[in-house]
Parts: sequence; C-alpha cells; structure tokens
Amino acid sequence: MQIDWAHFTPLSALAGGALIGLAVALLLLREGRILGASGIFAGLAQPRADFDWRLAFLAGLVAAPALAGLLFGVNAPRIAASPNVLIVAGFLVGLGARLGNGCTSGHGICGLARLSKRSLAATATFMAAGFATVFVFRHLLG
Amino acid sequence: MKLLVPLLSGLLFGLGLCLAGMTDPQKVLAFLDIGSAFGGPGWDPSLALVMGGALAVAFVAFRLAGRGSFAAAPPVLQRIDGRLYAGAAIFGVGWGLVGLCPGPALADLGFGDVRAALFVLAMAAGVRAAHFVLAHARSARLAAEDS
Repeated sequence: MQIDWAHFTPLSALAGGALIGLAVALLLLREGRILGASGIFAGLAQPRADFDWRLAFLAGLVAAPALAGLLFGVNAPRIAASPNVLIVAGFLVGLGARLGNGCTSGHGICGLARLSKRSLAATATFMAAGFATVFVFRHLLG
Repeated sequence: MKLLVPLLSGLLFGLGLCLAGMTDPQKVLAFLDIGSAFGGPGWDPSLALVMGGALAVAFVAFRLAGRGSFAAAPPVLQRIDGRLYAGAAIFGVGWGLVGLCPGPALADLGFGDVRAALFVLAMAAGVRAAHFVLAHARSARLAAEDS
C-alpha cells in the first residue's frame, strides 16, 4: 500500500468535511430536511411544489466557489473529460441517483450518520462501482 | 426569512467541498483509483477523511434532531431492493467515469465551467429518465393488479 504523500491533504479534507457536516446540521436542525444534493437537484430538474428552498440551496452552493477563492485561495478545477464522456457520465449519475434515491451526500453522509442499513448498502455499492470503473478505464483499457 | 437557512446550508456545503478539494474531479479520481496504491504515484485517501469529518459532525446533528427546539429528522427508509442496488451501481459508474457527483458538479457551475454545465444538463436528463422509468413501472404494476 503506497500513499501519494505529495497530494494527500488530510487537514483541509477533515476541515472541509466538517463544514459539509455543519451544512447537514443546519438544514436538518432548522428545517428538518436531509441534505441530499441529487434529491434537491431532482426537485429542480422536474419541478414540484417545494421549489423555492431548493433554489435557495442551489444559489448558496453556486455562490460558494467565489467565496472559497477569497477565503481559502481555491482555484478553479480542471475537468479533463471530453464532452461525450461528460454527457454519458452526467446522465448515468442523474439516472442512478434517482433510482437509488440518493448520492454521495444523501446516502454517503446523511444516511451513514443516522446508521441507515439502506444507505450503507447504497454507499458500499456506488463506492465499489466507482473503484471498479476507474480501475477498468485507467488500468485495463488505459 | 425562510429561505436564509437553505441558502446558508448550500453555501457551507459548497465551501466545504471547495476547501476539501472535492470540486476537482482529478482529486476524486485519485481516491477512486485504488490501483495507484500498488505502484505508480500512490493513492490519495483525502476523500475518506472528507467523509470522516462530515460524518463526525452529522452524527452529532442526527442525535440532536427532535430534541428541544431542534426540528425532527424525517423517518429512515428501510427498503433495500434491486432498484436501490441498480441505481447505486449506475450512479457509481457515472461517478467513476468523470469524478463528479451531484454536489461538486453543481458547485463547479460557480467556477463558470462550461464542462460542469454540460454534465449538469445531462444529469437533469438522467433525473427525468428515472422519473419516466419509475412512473412507467408503477402504471404497469397497477395494470397487472387490475387484470
């Protein structure tokens, strides 16, 4: 087992994770809602009655990079994938998250934090599928 | 104001993703590339610590929910079936292809990234396809019960 010490960022990872946890706590304890990015987005992609709070959440999320640039000096990331791959991957992510009722935030953080067996099953499955996909494309085909 | 809480929650969520480096698909892929732990540059376990930090805070929040003036959490769903596993597997393949999941993809819109916008549009199409499939399956099941 070999760790990439040059790119491993334990402190900012833990601190960023704690901020994500605070975002979960705020939405839960004040509104009684689960912070699931795909669920919140789905209510915008296929509009339902409770549209406004989802839009407010999205506005905060989209405003974050500008503030993060000022506070932490975060630079814009480089998305390397080609347009065709982006379309296929985005479609699979949207389809899978709705069929599975959640994504990394809803199942992986909120669900696991409340010890949900269902979320553990979903998280283990998408983690395994993610590891397998990268392995196939980087080490078998790449 | 009622919308201030979700706005601040979205902002905190996005700041956490940015600080942790999770808005960068290369950083996510460096975690998902378990093969790199056995040769090459090595493995970047940062994403596991992001989840650890988030889980520690969220765990306390769910213990506090419903107490005193805190809102109660919605009920925990129990259903574990083929639909859950299939959905999670499809999601994981899409995640591994690019290194973007819904939260970071939406945050990356804030960097003005055209590729993130393309991913988000495709994600919206995927959501609508899922709703179509589920509505179709539901009406087929009801028709079968009628006959």
